[in-house]
Amino acid sequence: MPLEDYTIVIGLEVHAELATDSKLFCGCSTSFGSEANTQICPRCLGLPGTLPVLNKKAVEYAVRAGLALDCKINKFSKFDRKNYFYPDLSKAYQISQYDQPICEHGHVEFYVGGEKKVVGITRIHLEEEAGKSIHSGTSISDSDFSLEDYNRSGIPLIEIVSEPDIRSPEEARIYMETLRSILRYIGVSDCKMEEGSLRCDANISLMPKGATVFGTRTEIKNMNSFRAVQKALEYEAERHAKLLDSGEKIVQETRTWDDNLGITLSMRSKEEAHDYRYFPEPDLVPVILEDEFVTDIKNSLPELPAEKFRRYLEEFGLPEYDAELITADRDLAEYFEAVVAIYNKDYKAVSNWIMGEFMRLMNEQGIEVGEVKIKPEDFAAMLKLMDEGVISSKIAKVVFEEMFNTGKEPKTIVGEKGLVQISDSSAIEQIVADVIKDNPGPVAEYLGGKDKVLGFLVGQVMKLSKGKANPQMANEFLKKALAELSKNQ
Amino acid sequence: MSSITKETVCYVADLARLYLTDEEIEQMTESLNKILEFEEQLNSVNTDNVEPMAHAVPLNNVMREDVVEESMPIREAMLNAPDEVEGFFRVPRIIEKD
Repeated sequence: MPLEDYTIVIGLEVHAELATDSKLFCGCSTSFGSEANTQICPRCLGLPGTLPVLNKKAVEYAVRAGLALDCKINKFSKFDRKNYFYPDLSKAYQISQYDQPICEHGHVEFYVGGEKKVVGITRIHLEEEAGKSIHSGTSISDSDFSLEDYNRSGIPLIEIVSEPDIRSPEEARIYMETLRSILRYIGVSDCKMEEGSLRCDANISLMPKGATVFGTRTEIKNMNSFRAVQKALEYEAERHAKLLDSGEKIVQETRTWDDNLGITLSMRSKEEAHDYRYFPEPDLVPVILEDEFVTDIKNSLPELPAEKFRRYLEEFGLPEYDAELITADRDLAEYFEAVVAIYNKDYKAVSNWIMGEFMRLMNEQGIEVGEVKIKPEDFAAMLKLMDEGVISSKIAKVVFEEMFNTGKEPKTIVGEKGLVQISDSSAIEQIVADVIKDNPGPVAEYLGGKDKVLGFLVGQVMKLSKGKANPQMANEFLKKALAELSKNQ
Repeated sequence: MSSITKETVCYVADLARLYLTDEEIEQMTESLNKILEFEEQLNSVNTDNVEPMAHAVPLNNVMREDVVEESMPIREAMLNAPDEVEGFFRVPRIIEKD
């Protein structure tokens, strides 16, 4: 049967590196991109005789994430050892949280094609990152050796485990994007998938529509972009459907996404079924959170994207599309709010400029909102110049780009470049006369009844005036002059 | 009471990457069973209404501030590397060949 006749069941385990300065259990720096093995110490390497000491900020950030995702914050939590041998783990165990994680039972809301979707959060726990392996071959399986860099090992992570509530690969991608947006809003992670500070593993299974028992699942790893999350799950859902249709069984296994080939591959490893032999970490004492600690964090949370989204619809009357796009990024939303705090005449106009020129230039130059040179007050001032008729919308684009590149005030740019709109009747009349004289053909066509030619003639007026003619006046004067001509014929 | 079989010993040894001779397996099976028997004594203690203890030391919330400290010099770190390539720890093949 076709894929549409199956219900797809997806659960995600999302790992987000916390934006602390130092590692979870030692003072090594967490900064990205340093030379290999220069941010390691006896503690994060797990050399004998060393003891881990918990980073308070990491606990605070984990609680912050839990509160933003509507979780219950556990007053009591503890750390456990997860034992396994893998070269990126120099200690041969990872310090994690097993049966008493710091947060549980939360949920995330987002919209998929206009429909509200709620995904439950099973738990959030704190753990340490592993190191990074560089393989000698093209992949792990054809490499005769690997190189280990432990700079990353020991960086604090939160693992956010969702309920199996996700029903399509698209929902999985939007869920990830929503999590990123929230985690960035609350400042606990920079969530850069390209740098690996946000990653996810996905569990997926299929069952016939209407069934209540989940099918056999596979786990997908190595999806390094939001697009890859969706693509990998689309591929895997199709693969499951084909196997089920042909009467074959799904093998419960871990598979890796190959982005170049666009397929998932079995990670046939010869290790036994995972047996991590978790036990309470003897080197760390439990964490007991005081009410005040949690309340203080709760009170310091900013307005979250979902609340902002609703407010943008109500307060600014923005369309859902605009509100969603602008509120997805806290910096962008704050910029928008700074502009409309000064320019409250037309919120939609501000949104159009942000989603249009502003984002276009940002993407072109590969910069972020924080690096944009235009001050919100200058943004507002430019819109006012348009309203006052000093510049046309066409010229405004030129001014805007110049503001974007130089950070100059719009008035300065208009003055320097002589961009003031021509609203002087006699000047425009003169240009109109010139255009009529230079374009006898089109003029004759217009007089012969081809109304469409007017657009061309207006364009000529704008061109001759180097875009500075007031377009309404150009239109009006042209029509008037042509009507005169018609009368005199 | 659960008793430890040779199979269990082999399984645990394998997880711990320990390679035991047949003689050692015999020995381990016997020793581990003795240890378990010894610990069985704890079952005679009445623990109703006693909260499980997460740690033997009566302490909570031992934390440090998020402050960066100096890491160790890379040369020193590499003293423990069985094999090194340009500042990386080099390790043998991770996934076995078919």
